[in-house]
Amino acid sequence: MSILVNKNTRVLCQGFTGKQGTFHSEQALAYGTKMVGGVTPGKGGQLHWNLPVFNTMRDAIRETQANASVIYVPPPFAADSILEAADAGIALIVCITEGIPVLDMLNVKAALKANGVKLIGPNCPGIITPDECKIGIMPGSIHLRGRVGVVSRSGTLTYEAVHQTTALGLGQTTCVGIGGDPIKGLNFIECLTLFEADPETEAIIMVGEIGGADEEAAADFIKHHVRKPVAAYIAGLTAPKGKRMGHAGAIISGGSGRAEDKISALENAGCVVATSPAGLGEAVLQAIKLKAMQIKAVQ
Amino acid sequence: MNLHEYQAKNLLKKYGLATPIGAVASNANAALAAANNIKANTFVVKAQIHAGGRGKAGGVKLVKSIAEVEATARTLLGKNLVTYQNAPDGQMVNQVLVEETLPIARELYLSMLVDRSLERIVVVASSAGGMDIEEIAAKHPEQILQEVCDPLNGLVDFQARNLAFKLNIEQVAEFAKLLKGLYKLLKDNDLSLLEINPLVITADGKLVALDCKMSVDDNALYRQKALSEQRDWSQEDTKEAAAHEAGLNYIALNGNIGCMVNGAGLAMATMDIIKLHGGAPANFLDVGGGASAEMVTKAFKIILEDKNVRAILVNIFGGIMRCDIIAEGIITAVKEMGLTIPVVVRLEGTNVELGKKMLRESGLNIISAENLTDAAKQAVKAVESMVA
Repeated sequence: MSILVNKNTRVLCQGFTGKQGTFHSEQALAYGTKMVGGVTPGKGGQLHWNLPVFNTMRDAIRETQANASVIYVPPPFAADSILEAADAGIALIVCITEGIPVLDMLNVKAALKANGVKLIGPNCPGIITPDECKIGIMPGSIHLRGRVGVVSRSGTLTYEAVHQTTALGLGQTTCVGIGGDPIKGLNFIECLTLFEADPETEAIIMVGEIGGADEEAAADFIKHHVRKPVAAYIAGLTAPKGKRMGHAGAIISGGSGRAEDKISALENAGCVVATSPAGLGEAVLQAIKLKAMQIKAVQ
Repeated sequence: MNLHEYQAKNLLKKYGLATPIGAVASNANAALAAANNIKANTFVVKAQIHAGGRGKAGGVKLVKSIAEVEATARTLLGKNLVTYQNAPDGQMVNQVLVEETLPIARELYLSMLVDRSLERIVVVASSAGGMDIEEIAAKHPEQILQEVCDPLNGLVDFQARNLAFKLNIEQVAEFAKLLKGLYKLLKDNDLSLLEINPLVITADGKLVALDCKMSVDDNALYRQKALSEQRDWSQEDTKEAAAHEAGLNYIALNGNIGCMVNGAGLAMATMDIIKLHGGAPANFLDVGGGASAEMVTKAFKIILEDKNVRAILVNIFGGIMRCDIIAEGIITAVKEMGLTIPVVVRLEGTNVELGKKMLRESGLNIISAENLTDAAKQAVKAVESMVA
């Protein structure tokens, strides 16, 4: 088992023939992802990586029975691509694009709520179930099929979590990069819910950063609804107030969104919070041990 | 991107919303001319900088004659104004806004912003205007009123009425018109924040925006060309401005270990781990996914503009990009720039061993770190040995 994507996931690429779409589709195919085609308006009928190119998402889904889509479309057109995928009836949209205006995402999210489609991102590395399905820009080679579910707001920090759990032989069930934008698709709580229900996932790593209150909400959720061990890391302890650190979401304004508050909320919820980004692997090992001791104590 | 008060007020005027009569001036003569055009006996001269707390810092002066307007403008212009928000360096005052004063009956607070947890535009209002709204929110949360806007219908009349009656405003229709105008302004211009503090009700019952702050969503600047051209780089750190020009995401900090990292989250985490091991980061710098020799050179140049930098920590999680190519980029950049300060490099990803070998054998002052913790420790050690 895994969450959201597996070897049966049939993936389309929007922005298929562009530079990013071309490069990352080749990588996905090499990894073994079941890519079934792509969309570039005006290039329908062509073949790209020996897969069909369609003009519209409606055509693409009808012809390929795809159930997931990955978007590598530039920011001015990305909101339109998400809406097109949702309208065509896709189940899962992964939007890699960075730099979509926040007011565009406001409207997109309202539309998605109305039709129930799942969105990952935007401004994210994507999602991978090791050895089965890689959708996004993460390096496949660092992953190892295993026991830890990873959910993260930051791309390269997801790779840190993966690299460390691979080195320890723990491996990953599925890794979801939910993205750094203030308005995004799946959040921590939705991913935690899926990992909690996934029988193969034994422990969870959650990587957050300054800005917003998603980590605090996740901590509250973990306290009441997550029985699996959770390790966490929050980036941005040293970030100055009011500065934008790359991700539009990572702004501390007026007291809320501080790393300290997020760390203490997670600790209160029973998570093992790593003090260093190099300590994620050790933290999840410790979380697993602690949980085992707690269960023993109860028995 | 932030707008100056005078720029924000120009936008308000464009949407038919009332602001005090006034004009912006970049020298004392222009300030004098501006005052001459205003039919008033008292004036306010306001320093234009991208920071709050101007009043307490002496950047907003009430004056009683045209001559005083000129003298005040002369005092304020061309100097750095330091407020609690931009301390310790402050920001340069290149313009002053000269305005009429108004007979004020009441001061209100009004803002609109995108609330990330609600995923909606929210209107925030309070009868405690002219004060620090964060302080009000902390001490008197009951004085903060909110209306959440549905994206389909936008801000509608009943919401304006809800606020008007709670705020005890008699001019209900005028207030509704103001709110709807502001909502349209925010949406048309991709603002992430619009704040009017205070919104005043004058003695003769008019609603006027006495002060105004606006921030434009950086992601939307591609379609807000006119606003983008109003960006005042003098208000931003020179290194940050140069980085923006080079397509890099850089923020200056106070430490002495320069950082170059790929990815925003990892860049923040790198700052954190330096601090954890007893050092102080000089900057946040995200080089993005590429890390080509050209980008690395640009990044090094910007890092070295900061004279406090004693060592550089490069932390690249190669991802799909091969570590040997990244190592080559770093070596080329160090050579070309004739860099003498120690450069600690942590590489991870495909071909990492080859990349590390290339760094070790480069004959340059490059320390190849074993891992992230080792990199932070090495950088801290390198700085300590240089200071000692």
